[in-house]
Amino acid sequence: MATQNTKTLARLMMAPSVLLLLIWMIVPLAMTLWFSFQNYNLLDPSNVSFTGLFNYQFFYTDPAFFQSIWNTLVIVGGVLLITVIGGIAIALLLDQPIFGQGIVRILIISPFFVMPPVAALVWKNMIMNPSYGVFADISRFFGLRPVDWFAQYPLFSIVVIVAWQWLPFATLILLTALQSLDGEQKEAAEMDGANFLNRFIYLVVPHLARSITVVILIQTIFLLGVYAEILVTTNGGPGYASTNLAFLIYRTALLGYDVGGASAGGIIAVVLANIVAFFLMRAVGKNLDR
Amino acid sequence: MGSITLQKVSKVFGEAKVIPSIDLEINDGEFVVFVGPSGCGKSTLLRLIAGLEDVSGGQILIDGKDVTQAAPAERGLAMVFQSYALYPHMSVRNNIAFPLKMAKMEKSAIDKKVTDAARVLNLTDYLERRPSQLSGGQRQRVAIGRAIVREPSAFLFDEPLSNLDAALRGTMRLEISDLHHQLKTTMVYVTHDQVEAMTMADKIVVLNRGNIEQVGSPLELYKSPRNLFVAGFIGSPHMNFVDGAYAQSKNAKTAGIRPEHLNLSKDSGIWRGTVKVAEHLGADTFLHLDVEGIGQITARCDGEFGAYHGDTVYMTPDEAKLHRFDDKGLALKA
Repeated sequence: MATQNTKTLARLMMAPSVLLLLIWMIVPLAMTLWFSFQNYNLLDPSNVSFTGLFNYQFFYTDPAFFQSIWNTLVIVGGVLLITVIGGIAIALLLDQPIFGQGIVRILIISPFFVMPPVAALVWKNMIMNPSYGVFADISRFFGLRPVDWFAQYPLFSIVVIVAWQWLPFATLILLTALQSLDGEQKEAAEMDGANFLNRFIYLVVPHLARSITVVILIQTIFLLGVYAEILVTTNGGPGYASTNLAFLIYRTALLGYDVGGASAGGIIAVVLANIVAFFLMRAVGKNLDR
Repeated sequence: MGSITLQKVSKVFGEAKVIPSIDLEINDGEFVVFVGPSGCGKSTLLRLIAGLEDVSGGQILIDGKDVTQAAPAERGLAMVFQSYALYPHMSVRNNIAFPLKMAKMEKSAIDKKVTDAARVLNLTDYLERRPSQLSGGQRQRVAIGRAIVREPSAFLFDEPLSNLDAALRGTMRLEISDLHHQLKTTMVYVTHDQVEAMTMADKIVVLNRGNIEQVGSPLELYKSPRNLFVAGFIGSPHMNFVDGAYAQSKNAKTAGIRPEHLNLSKDSGIWRGTVKVAEHLGADTFLHLDVEGIGQITARCDGEFGAYHGDTVYMTPDEAKLHRFDDKGLALKA
C-alpha cells in the first residue's frame, strides 16, 4: 500500500463490503429507533401512532427496569470474575507437563461447544435440580437439605451456568498467552530469588495483562445479552430476581406484544452497552496499546 | 569468594547421555570459558552449575559447600542469558533492582546499588526506559547490571554475545574483560566462538560430546593441543592435518601444521600447490591450496605476498612448530 494508486484501489475494493456492513447495522438500528417513538402494539396493529418519549417513560417507570440493569451488571461482573480468575488457575495447571495432556485440554474446552439452551437444560435438570440433581445428591450424602438453586439463588445460578460456558474460552486464550512466556525469563527470575508467588505477580500477571483484557472485552460483549440460559432455567423469576435487560426486552416485546416499549428498551440497552464499553476501555484498554 | 568444584557430574536426558562424567576445578577469581561445537553439552554444564537443571549424578561444590540439591537462588550465582531475559514490562531500574527486591533489601540501599551499577555500565540515562526501547548492547548491559548488583560469588554467562552484531561483540568482549578485572569475581562463560574463548579466558575448557577434551590457558591450548579435536578446534583458520608418507617420515599417524607455520615461496619448497581461493584481509592473506599428493591445505601469508587464483605456490612446514598425533588421535611429545 505504498503508492497513491494502490491506496485508491484498495479503498474502492473495500467499499462494497463496508457499505454492506453499514446497511446491515444502520437499518435495524434506525428501525428500532423509529419504533421506539411509536405507539405500536401487536394486539392492536391498526392503531399505530407517534407518542414521543412515552415508551421511554413507560420502560423507565417499569418496576423491573432498575433491577434488570443491576442484574445485567451482576451477571457480567460475576461471570468475568469467575472466568478470569478460574481461567488463569486452570491455564497454570494445564501449562504443566502431565500425562494425557491432549485429552485433558479437549475435555476442558468442550463446554464451549455446548449451545447455551442445552447447557442450561443440563444444569437445570441434571445438576441443580433439588430432587434428582447431582448437587442435591451431594447435599443428601452429607445429610444436608438439598438447595433449590433456581428458587433460592436464581441470579447466582445463572452466573454459575454462564461462567461454566465461558471458562473454556478464557482458559484457552490465557493458556496460549502463558505458553508464549519466555522460558529464560522464568529462569532468570528463579536465579534472582523469586519464589513461585513472586514470579506469578511480577512476571506472569504482567505478561497476561493483554490477554486478560481481550478476554474481558470479548466476554462483556456477549454477557450483556445473556438470554437463553435465563429463558430455559428461571424464566426471569422468581419475580424479577433473574431478569436482565435483554430478558426484560424479550418480555415486553413477545409476552406484552409491545413493539414500541421493547424498542425503547433496546435503545436503552444500546446506550448502556456504550457506557459500559467506555468505562471498560478506560480501565483496561491501555493494555492493548503495548 | 567463588570457587566451583565439579565431581563426577553427569547429566542424562531420557536415553541421551549428554554429560557422561565431568571433574573440573574452577578457582576463585578465574575467568573460565567453556567452548565446543554445538551440542557438546557446554550450556547444559553451565545450567547444572546454575541449578536450572538437576544433576543425574555427582556433586557440585561452591566454596567447598555441597550445593548439588540447592535451589538456584541459594547458590549465590548470577546468570546472564543469551536472550538477556529482561523483564519486558519493568523499567531498566526495576529490572536491575529486582533481585534486591526479592532479597527484601531496604529501598534506600537498593537505590544506591542500582545507581552505582548504572554508572559502571553507562546506563544512568536509560534507567526509566523499558527494555524494548534499548539497543542490543544496552540490553546486554542491563542483564549484566542485574547480575552484578547481587554481588554473586560467580557470574555465569550463557553465550551472551551471540545476538549482537560483529562490531558490538568486539566492544562488549572488552567491556566484560574490563569488568572482570574491576570486580575480580569468578566468571564462567559459555561460547562456541573460539575468538571469544581465546581473548577473554584465563582458562579454557574444551568440550566435545559431553567430555572435557583439554583444560588450559589459551596459549597452552594453542601451542600444545592434547589431541586432534583440540588441535582442529582452537586456532583460526584451522590446523592442516596431513596423513600418509609425510606423517610417517615424522614417526606419526597424522601431522598437524597451522596455516601460520607454513613458509611460502614462489619458487622452491617441499610441497607444491595451486591457489584455489585467496582471501585478502589486508594485513594477512589466507590461501586455500590444492597440494599434489596431500590435498587441501590452508596457508596464512603476509598481505604483501601477492598470490591469486591459479598461481603456483611452494611451501615448507616449520619443523619446530609441527604437531604429531598417533593413531588414537593423541598428541605425541616432541
